[in-house]
Amino acid sequence: MRKLLILVGALLIVHVVLLFVSPSGAAAPASRAAVNVGIVFDLGGRGDKSFNDGAYLGAERAAREMGARVRFIEPGEGSDRESGLRLLAAEGMDLVIGVGFIFTDDLTQLAKEYPNTHFAGVDYSVATNKDGKVIPPPPNLAALKFREEQGSFLVGALAALVGKSKKVGFVGGMNFPLIHKFEAGYIAGVKRVCPDCEVISQYAGVTPEAFRNPGKGKELALSQYQQGVDVIFHASGSTGLGVFEAARQTNKLAIGVDADQYDEAPGFVLTSMVKGVDNAVFDAIRRVKEKRFQGGIYQYGLAEGGVGYVYDQHNERLIPPTVRARLEQLRRDIIEGRINVPSTR
Amino acid sequence: MSVLDFLSQTLRIAVPFLLAAAGGVLSERAGLIALGLEGYMLGGAFCAAAVSFASGSPWLGVSAALVGGAVLALVYAVGTIRFRGDQVVIGIAINLLAVGLTRFFLRLFFGSSSNSPRVPGFGGTGTGFLALAYNPLVWIGVIVLPTLGWILYRTPFGLRVRAVGEHPAAAASVGVPVTRVRYIAVAFSGMLAALGGAYLALDQHQFTDGMTAGRGFIALAATIFGRWNPKGAGLACLLFAAAETLQIRLQGTHAIPSQFVEMIPYVLTIVALAGVVGRSVPPAALGKPSTE
Repeated sequence: MRKLLILVGALLIVHVVLLFVSPSGAAAPASRAAVNVGIVFDLGGRGDKSFNDGAYLGAERAAREMGARVRFIEPGEGSDRESGLRLLAAEGMDLVIGVGFIFTDDLTQLAKEYPNTHFAGVDYSVATNKDGKVIPPPPNLAALKFREEQGSFLVGALAALVGKSKKVGFVGGMNFPLIHKFEAGYIAGVKRVCPDCEVISQYAGVTPEAFRNPGKGKELALSQYQQGVDVIFHASGSTGLGVFEAARQTNKLAIGVDADQYDEAPGFVLTSMVKGVDNAVFDAIRRVKEKRFQGGIYQYGLAEGGVGYVYDQHNERLIPPTVRARLEQLRRDIIEGRINVPSTR
Repeated sequence: MSVLDFLSQTLRIAVPFLLAAAGGVLSERAGLIALGLEGYMLGGAFCAAAVSFASGSPWLGVSAALVGGAVLALVYAVGTIRFRGDQVVIGIAINLLAVGLTRFFLRLFFGSSSNSPRVPGFGGTGTGFLALAYNPLVWIGVIVLPTLGWILYRTPFGLRVRAVGEHPAAAASVGVPVTRVRYIAVAFSGMLAALGGAYLALDQHQFTDGMTAGRGFIALAATIFGRWNPKGAGLACLLFAAAETLQIRLQGTHAIPSQFVEMIPYVLTIVALAGVVGRSVPPAALGKPSTE
């Protein structure tokens, strides 16, 4: 018993001492000249090869080109997301960014509590009231949203033009509105170039686990390929890695999402629907730097370079020039408003 | 859709359930709640991928999974047997530990928080039964529960496992080394569940963060729904796998909301626990530390 007490006492002392130690690089005093930016990552953090890495790239570029001082926080599982944001806001950062739709409620709350701090939320999900009217975010909060449906429209058209079986597939992660945007745009794109094509769309589940279940993704994709589908677009996080594995196993094609996923299965990835999270984050930091930051909803679509599809030396042999020309025509049609892409099912 | 496609997909989905449920039955029959199955699987999946990547041999990957699963299971065993900690609390701790450790080492070894690079797995391309036949883990998955049944009911060791799970004091009074039997049962349960994880990782040819996605808990549900015997657990695993296959194949058609089919394993487990289909009696000493 006495030993235990001594141990607890010793740990307590160490703990208290550590409270006064500031880790190197962290909590540097807020400088007047530079913009101070704090970023809290979504689950997965840096190295997710997806939007967290995108946000990191954008912030790094801002640090390089504008001398912004950036601090990153990677929360673990559970509830310390909010405290990460709160810590950064309380330290007097000029801009606090939450990466991922999951920060929506926390950002809204904190923006009200810290009216003099700027906030930005990547994939912030804007709420609507009973009558379907959009509830605007607080004036110091920028909602960085992407028109995923527009990029998905183009890869849908590509899938239908490249596929030969008149059947294309879609594998979604969690079955909820953010992913329905991808599905709706994709289906519209397929139908635009091939009205009698069939789209088989499936979801991996109804919980966030559905974004991290490659085994399920592989089975969904295998069953679609067996039904005659020859191109599948996935919007399902690492569940989609199972879709790539299925494409490899059956010698079919798949389309990646968020970032260029060619390297996950070279030769089997037709293209990827990319989101310019880096540009959106860089843009938000620049607005703060130039003192013209405004809250509100920012939509990054094809016109703003916020979404797009990959076409480079790796996949150009999979995409014939006529198809490429057709896609570029569709892109112009969307930008100039001749095609209106639906964002709901 | 052909019947063969349906059956081969059911078998592919069932293999990790079968392996983990074998671990679940063994551990619970020895009186230790198998809440850590999910963690053992995740640990096994990571060890298999990492060692298969480093050595180029999936067989070495499988061996590493066995070691990893046994180590995690022994941590659980030391906590619950030696220090007589609460089995539920320590079981949950093992799962959290496995999530954290695999994420840490994923980043340390491969510089990614999402997935490892491609690793060698067992051969076989295509989607039919023939592709499955090349994968030795599928064969192990098929025979594991019958073998466990034979061990539990036909060997002295099996009798001892069942005895320490029902009445450890009585077992001790006739000279059964209760603690040792429990350690061995838990270690093997970790190894079996880790084989299920290894199957997932080698079939996917990589480790991805959190890739077991609740399969350990499904296996635990199968253990309980199968009333703690290998035959029942095996049938439960096949039933749950068939439900998932059905759910995958019904989704395109919009005939039945997929959520309903997805509920089947959980609803059936509750039904079994509520005693609707005959009485369900767990091992009497399940969850209790032994006072040897």
